[in-house]
Amino acid sequence: MKQRTGTVFETSVQVRARVNGKDVELTVDPRESLVDVLRERLGLTGTKKGCDHGQCGACTVHLDGRRVVSCLTPAVQAEGTEITTIEGVAGPDGELHPLQQAFIDHDAMQCGYCTSGQIMAGLAAIAEGHADTDDRAREYLSGNLCRCGAYCGILAAVRQVAEGDA
Amino acid sequence: MRPFAYARADSAESAVRALSEAGPGVKVLAGGTTLYDLMKLDIEAPTSVVDVHRVPELSYIDTSGDELVFGAGARMADMAEDPVVRNEYPMLSESLWRAASEQLRIMATAGGNLLQRTRCAYFRGGEPYACNKRNPGSGCAAIGGADRGNALFGISDSCAAVYPGDWPIALIALDTEVDILGPDGERTIPLAELHREPGDRPEVETTLRPDELILRIRVRKTPAGRGSAYVKVRDRESYAFALASAAVAVAVEPTGVVTDARIGIGGVATRPWRVPAAEQALIGQPLTPESMRHAGEVAYQGARPGTHNVFKVELGIRVVADALRIAGERAAR
Repeated sequence: MKQRTGTVFETSVQVRARVNGKDVELTVDPRESLVDVLRERLGLTGTKKGCDHGQCGACTVHLDGRRVVSCLTPAVQAEGTEITTIEGVAGPDGELHPLQQAFIDHDAMQCGYCTSGQIMAGLAAIAEGHADTDDRAREYLSGNLCRCGAYCGILAAVRQVAEGDA
Repeated sequence: MRPFAYARADSAESAVRALSEAGPGVKVLAGGTTLYDLMKLDIEAPTSVVDVHRVPELSYIDTSGDELVFGAGARMADMAEDPVVRNEYPMLSESLWRAASEQLRIMATAGGNLLQRTRCAYFRGGEPYACNKRNPGSGCAAIGGADRGNALFGISDSCAAVYPGDWPIALIALDTEVDILGPDGERTIPLAELHREPGDRPEVETTLRPDELILRIRVRKTPAGRGSAYVKVRDRESYAFALASAAVAVAVEPTGVVTDARIGIGGVATRPWRVPAAEQALIGQPLTPESMRHAGEVAYQGARPGTHNVFKVELGIRVVADALRIAGERAAR
């Protein structure tokens, strides 16, 4: 660590964040991505690493309430933020969130690898008001790919919860 | 990924100071959607990075005055949803929400979007492909290669890589200026002077110096904004880069005659590309299927397709005409 300006250049960086309601403090290499830190260091393997280039959406999490792809989020940028992963979605006693239940009810998955990202994106789209029609929901969920092609079920689940019919 | 030193700036001024003191090999990090992605591919290998993502003074949108002002740190998702942008400049809003995915738009910033790097497969593919942009002097594998996505305008014998952004295609059609902070203070340039054509130095994409930071982007308001549209044709309906796009804005008299026309085309040029000749072809004319098609044809005069991108000429002409049709309907409302 050396101080050159008042702005400090570091090769290992202290990061404090709140992950699913718990305070976390870690020293990270600035190369580390948030998805790797969540999975490898915090054991939160519900978040999946798909393409690792922001193209598939499998690693979607919420950072300060907004959805991001955690593969293109350097972990250093999580400093001071509140992060929610799929592990933080269910209720305190483990009861499923209505969107999780809707995914089950609508068979919105086959292999399930994209599912946590789909649910995190779906929750955000609903909160943003971007799931109010089928067309808009499709557009605003287009960043989440499903190689199995379970899109019909995914759309139905998100739309059901958006309409408050859960 | 190569090791690098990381600094988080708390102001634009401290960021610029850190940039100049860090010296060669330093890069600005904002949303990370281009830089961090390319670092993972070993295409970008900065030795140090100055993070400006949460500099408060960069993160704002102000559409209340004579200009639309976008701080360099404003998020694409937020700009797309700004009520003034959405209602009075539909092509700006459409160019934003038709870009990338909502996740990426929440991360990506105004300044970063201007500086987004090409998606040319040979650039991103790395070794063993020749790429003058990535490895100056190594040649261009795209010329004569798989050039379906490559540019028709602003190309050289060294490079035909497309500038991939959408929003700047709409910005270039308007009167847009960019405010830049450097070690010697602030300067302002028209957006048209930010991006370079590749020429024989395709690795130099902009006129920014390495120790300069974009502060804000300012767009002079125009009544033509209401009669505007961004049409984007791509291989899939959403979440893909443009094969051909057009940002057009028109002002139309009650008689139907065009009094002002702005046209930018995307997915087909090495930099944000405005086509003044096509704009002039419309002024004083009514918007008819023939005049709209003609404007598209004028826009694509001088196109230099390669092997697999010849289709973009006819596609691009129709995209311009289609955007004019939608813009004209909006202008008449």
